[in-house]
Amino acid sequence: MMKIFQQSFKSLALVLLVFLPVSIFALNEGGDGGQVDTKKEVEDYILHHIQDSHDFSLFSYTSEEGERKHFGFPLPVILWSSDGLRTFMSSEFHHNDDGHVIVEKDGVKFAKIHSKIYELDADASAVNFDAEHHATNGHKVLDFSITKSVFGVLVIGLLMLFWFSSLARQYKKKQIPTGFGRVLEPLVLYVRDEIARPNIGEKHYRKFTGYLLTVFFFIWFLNLAGLTPLGFNVTGQLAVTACLAIFTLVIYTVSGNKDYWMHILWMPGVPVLIRPVLAIIELAGALIIKPFSLLVRLFANISAGHIVVMSLIAIMFTLKESLGVVGATGLSFVLSFFILLIEVLVAFLQAYIFTMLSALFIGMAVAEHDHEHEHDDHGHEVPDAQDVRGDFI
Amino acid sequence: MYNLIGAGLIVIGAGIGLGQIGGKAMEGIARQPEATGKIQTAMIIIAALLEGLAFGALFLGK
Repeated sequence: MMKIFQQSFKSLALVLLVFLPVSIFALNEGGDGGQVDTKKEVEDYILHHIQDSHDFSLFSYTSEEGERKHFGFPLPVILWSSDGLRTFMSSEFHHNDDGHVIVEKDGVKFAKIHSKIYELDADASAVNFDAEHHATNGHKVLDFSITKSVFGVLVIGLLMLFWFSSLARQYKKKQIPTGFGRVLEPLVLYVRDEIARPNIGEKHYRKFTGYLLTVFFFIWFLNLAGLTPLGFNVTGQLAVTACLAIFTLVIYTVSGNKDYWMHILWMPGVPVLIRPVLAIIELAGALIIKPFSLLVRLFANISAGHIVVMSLIAIMFTLKESLGVVGATGLSFVLSFFILLIEVLVAFLQAYIFTMLSALFIGMAVAEHDHEHEHDDHGHEVPDAQDVRGDFI
Repeated sequence: MYNLIGAGLIVIGAGIGLGQIGGKAMEGIARQPEATGKIQTAMIIIAALLEGLAFGALFLGK
C-alpha cells in the first residue's frame, strides 16, 4: 500500500516537473526588442488562455531575427455566412487576432478580432474600428468551428467511450477488470453507492446513475485536462457549464412527480395567502437559481484556479528585478507546484459537487411523500402520530 | 473601486460562513466520530451552496 502510494506520488511529481516548464515557455513572450510592459503582457496572456481560441497553440516565441514562431496546430473553422457554409483551416489567419489578416472564401471576407470571427461587407478591404474598438463594416457570423474547447470535448468524449466500453466488455469475460479499468471501477461504484443511491433513493436511482456517471467523469477528466500545459480551459467556459446545468435542469424538471410540483406551486401546510408568494420563490429557485448556481460554481472555480496558477507562474517575470532570476523562478516554481497539487484536488471536488447536487435535485424531484405528510380536509398538514424518538437512541 | 470593496465584503462574508460550517462540522465529528461520513457530506453540500452564492455575487459584481 505504502509502496503504491510512493510510486504514484513519484510519477505525479515527475509529470508536474515535466509539464510545468512547458507552461513557462508559453509565457516567455518578448516584444520586438523594445520596452515590454510585463504587467500588461501577463494580463493579456492570462486572458488569452481563459478564452477559447480557434487554433491550438502550445507555445510561441520571437526568434533572433525578430520573427514570431508558433508551435501548435491549426483547427478547422466552420462558418455559416450570409452566403452559406464556408470552411477553412484557422492557419489562414496566421495567428493574427486584431483583424489585419482578411481571409476571402468564395467571395465572402472574414477577419478574426479578439477570438471572434467577423464577416466583412463585400466592398471592404480592411476592418474599420469605431472609438470602442468595435468593427463598423462587419458583423459576427454563426461560428460552428472546432475550437480548442470543442476539440477538448471531442478528445475526452472519445477517450471516455473507449475506456468505459472496454471496461464493460471486460466484465463479460471475467469479474475483475484489467488495466485502466481497475482505476475506473471503484470510482463508478463510488458515484453509484455514495452519490446516486443515498440522494435519489433506492427505488429510482438506477434510471439516473448513467447520467450522473457521465457528467462526473466528463467534468473530472476535463478538469484534469485543464491542468496539463495543453492549455484546455473547457470547464472554465460558461457555454460548457451552462449546457451541463441545463441537462440537469431538464432531467429533474421532466422527471418531477406530482408531489414535487405540488410543493412548488401550491405548498401544503402553510396559510393560503402565503402560497402564491412561495410559489413564485420556489419556481424561481427550481428553474433559475438551481441551474445558475451549478453553472457559475463550476465555471468560477475552474477559471479562478487557472488564473491563480498562471499568475503564480508569472511571478518569475514580475519579480525578476527585485528577487533576481533564480529567486523569482524558485518562488514561482514552489508556489505554482503546490497550487497545482491543490488544483488536482479541486478538479475532483468540483466534479463531485456537480454530480452530488445534480443527484440531490433529481432526488428532490422524484422523492415520494407517502409516509410523511398527512393533510386534513383543508390542506393543513397533520403532524405525524408516529413517535420517531426511538430512532435516535 | 466600489466593486473591489464589494468583492472584499463578499469574501469576508463567505469566509465567516465557511468558518462556521467547518468549525461546527469539526465539533460534530469530535462528538460523534461514527457519523463522520454523513457530517462530511452535509458539510460539503452546504459549503458548495455557500460557494455558489459567493461566486455568483462576485460574478455579478464584476
